[in-house]
Amino acid sequence: MPDTTSNSAAEMDPRSSIPPISLRRRITDHVMTGVAVLTVVLVLLPLFAIFAYLVYKGIGSINIAFLTQTPKPVGESGGGMANAIAGSMVILGIASLLGVPFGIGAGIFLSEYGRNRYGDIVRFVSDVLNGVPSIVVGIVAYGLVVVRQKHFSALAGGVALAIMMVPTIARTTEQMLLLVPQAIREAAYGLGVSRWRTTLSITLRTATSGVITGVMLAFARVAGETAPLLFTAFGNQYWNWKTDQPTAALSLQIFTYAISPFDEWHKQAWAGALVLIILIVGAVAAVRIAVRHGTLAGA
Amino acid sequence: MSNQALPRPRFNAPEPERGPSKQGSKAALKIEARTTPVLQGKVSEIPDIVFGWTMRLCGLAVVALLGLIVYQLAVGSQLSWHAFGWKFFGQSDWNPVEDQYGALPFVFGTIVSSLLSLVIAVPLSIGVAVFITEMCPVALRGALSFTTELLAAIPSVVYGLWAIFVLVPILREYVQPLLAKTLGWTGLFSGPPYGIGMLAAGTILAIMIIPIISSITREVLTVVPQHQREAVLALGATRWEMIRMGVLRNARAGIVGAIILGLGRALGETMAVTMVIGNRPEIAKSLFAPGYTMASVLANEFTEATGNLYLSALIEIGLALFFVTIVVNALARLMVWSVTRGQPARSMA
Repeated sequence: MPDTTSNSAAEMDPRSSIPPISLRRRITDHVMTGVAVLTVVLVLLPLFAIFAYLVYKGIGSINIAFLTQTPKPVGESGGGMANAIAGSMVILGIASLLGVPFGIGAGIFLSEYGRNRYGDIVRFVSDVLNGVPSIVVGIVAYGLVVVRQKHFSALAGGVALAIMMVPTIARTTEQMLLLVPQAIREAAYGLGVSRWRTTLSITLRTATSGVITGVMLAFARVAGETAPLLFTAFGNQYWNWKTDQPTAALSLQIFTYAISPFDEWHKQAWAGALVLIILIVGAVAAVRIAVRHGTLAGA
Repeated sequence: MSNQALPRPRFNAPEPERGPSKQGSKAALKIEARTTPVLQGKVSEIPDIVFGWTMRLCGLAVVALLGLIVYQLAVGSQLSWHAFGWKFFGQSDWNPVEDQYGALPFVFGTIVSSLLSLVIAVPLSIGVAVFITEMCPVALRGALSFTTELLAAIPSVVYGLWAIFVLVPILREYVQPLLAKTLGWTGLFSGPPYGIGMLAAGTILAIMIIPIISSITREVLTVVPQHQREAVLALGATRWEMIRMGVLRNARAGIVGAIILGLGRALGETMAVTMVIGNRPEIAKSLFAPGYTMASVLANEFTEATGNLYLSALIEIGLALFFVTIVVNALARLMVWSVTRGQPARSMA
């Protein structure tokens, strides 16, 4: 063994007593590093391909008409998705109105009242709900709203998306509220502020930017959803502002156009996809900037 | 034990002291209210109670939501359940005209496309996670994880659009002929290369679940205590040996959890799959052949279901899909939690 025959030089530099790493092991090390780099390249490739293709195809089809007109019948060129963009906004607005208060409330429960077994149950259920396929949520909204109203509606679409938003918002709100130092709550209690006031004006206030992040992420997640809207909002070729009538949505329109056999519609689908991505990535990026420079940055 | 001294993920940090200290501070508040003249009057308890119960109600609403989903699906699928019973999942005949419904082709399609996507996605995601946590320069780390997260932000329908116009032609022109030539003898890669079919569905699913698997694997790998790495390195291991013995082995349970979570997503994924799988209720051995999944039959036929039994059969497929994903997700969560909840890492013995 090399270290039993150590001389004075080895005592000065202990590294010299370690046997050299064999060629096979060194090669394996390099090969595995190479494999890891290769996987990164393979994963990033489709991402760039999707974005590049989307911009390349989409940019040529976005124009004023696309953003201001309703779809034209088959065969006629031109037209746009203005009603679908507006419809998406209406549906997402309804979803946010229904989902955000419940989600934040559940998050407050989990962080401030749920440090026990009941909280664990709610925590587990919301994680599980996060994994429910969106199309199943669509069936539930269909049974809840469409069957009762007797027709497809923006409201039904909003309910479906709200169901998907609640668990996500609950969990992120909880995590953000837990980041608020306990001492801040205690300082408020020490001043004689009641618990509900402390929770709303001190704890929630301190974590505002984090909670907004969670809400925006949930929003971004459902903004592109198509499956739960198929048999709730249903889609519409015309303008519609009534919440109890079938309503167009950007994602639905993209789907309809993508599987159609017409070139003109394919172009519109790409343009719609680009608009959708810009809206979503814009929201996510804005959120990241808000987190980095917001009040939570120092917490 | 020595775990306690190491930096923990942020969401674990404040948990232990929370419960008792809050009660302590509330008691302190009551004493203060009685003894100091600074406070004007008594703080009413009623708003506190109302607020507390409103928040508990919101928490309860989450559980109720799950109950509501189960109730809706169970009631909706009654008719089909009484008509077919368990045979529903064993029959491969799907014929709305004669009111005969068997879900086997959809179950088959869902399982095959999901497993295929795992085969493609798992090595890639673990590679990416290992690269980001163990190899990559710190400067690149944030950018890389942000970029992989971006993949998760792309809506399913956009993946589908891209798959129809880019992925499917690539598969048809290059990948499928190559696979047929080299691996055609297995029977898995035979038949005409349409492009559209099970292989396309599996590939696009893989691209979609990579961000999930890799981001959770990354989370699990960062929780592996630093001294495990240092110990293996001190024994003279190369970096790869350190990753294999010190990191991956300790994170096993969490990585498996991440994979199952990806599986859960793949099982329920609808739009992208519907757009490329071919939508034909057939059971074929070849991955080139078109298929159908449980989610995509719902997407395609739910609005067109005319008869009550037809609709009920579709809802039963939804119920089955729901239960499978619930079980898969619950399993995955438990496995990920067992690692990130700061349990002592398994000793290497």
